Amino acid sequence: MDCKSSDGYAGPRSEDILPASATAAVKVVIVGGFGVGKTTLVGSVSEIRPLTTEETMTQAGVGVDDLAGIEHKTETTVAMDFGRISINEQLVLYLFGTPGQERFWFLWNGLFEGALGAVVLLDTRRMEVSYDVIGRLEERGVPFVVGVNAFPGAPRYPTAELRAAMDLDPSVPMVDCDARDRASCRDTLLTLMRYLYTLTTVSPESP
Amino acid sequence: MSGPGPERTSGPQPPGNPDRLYILTGGQERPAATPQLDLVTLIVSRAESDTGLAPELAAVVRICDFPLSVAEISAYLELPVSTLTPLLTELLSEGKVEARPPVPAAALPDVQLLEAVMHGLQKL
Repeated sequence: MDCKSSDGYAGPRSEDILPASATAAVKVVIVGGFGVGKTTLVGSVSEIRPLTTEETMTQAGVGVDDLAGIEHKTETTVAMDFGRISINEQLVLYLFGTPGQERFWFLWNGLFEGALGAVVLLDTRRMEVSYDVIGRLEERGVPFVVGVNAFPGAPRYPTAELRAAMDLDPSVPMVDCDARDRASCRDTLLTLMRYLYTLTTVSPESP
Repeated sequence: MSGPGPERTSGPQPPGNPDRLYILTGGQERPAATPQLDLVTLIVSRAESDTGLAPELAAVVRICDFPLSVAEISAYLELPVSTLTPLLTELLSEGKVEARPPVPAAALPDVQLLEAVMHGLQKL
């Protein structure tokens, strides 16, 4: 239970409190289409029950012009779930599960800025969602790995076929990721870290 | 065609009820001034809860007695980050809270940082 205080706002549960020594955080973004298992993945590895932050998006209605002068606006609440992993006494890793559509990314300023990298969670039943995501991440220069969340009954394709379908750069790792399984999610995150490590160590720039 | 252009939000959109947000932020708008707050900037209170503060501000001070990220504060107070940021900026400028910025963004992360994260993940 959250601890409700006299001011009516819930705060963290006592077991969810970070040590006072926590000095800095890093983030990893989990990107994928609706229902692909982003929140499940976050929940599998997070030390806190996943939390939600919401923003509201207002859009002008399109194609309504018979009532001149009356703006038609719709509001959409967009939620982003996230979790946390304490790496050590000082360092904290946050995982943000983000909708695949780029237009939502702007709701959270700097979501990808400073992120270590991203995991693109792929649902083989709806691959088209991920094509776009991969292009957008490449444009932004966000390093990513692809996790294939194999749903029961989902079609299984050979990795080579998936890579070809996604037009994935040969250097970008693609791994199986069962979002419900803690070890599998941990390994996917480790794959991302090893990939980043490779990028860093082979980078022509020397410190 | 006179319809609105492609759906594209420019700049921050006022979420929810604009009146309420105006009150919450004291009518001040500080676009991208003062320290840049990231979703994972850690906020820690510097003072005990202050009864003179507006309820939302007092709540931030209270729940940040131990470090909390901007995202966590947003979730606990059920405020969009876009609404919370000006409140945090105000608390920061008054010295009620301190901000611990995230590990600086480089083009590529530091090897030692990655090693620390890998080590931490392996313990999961």
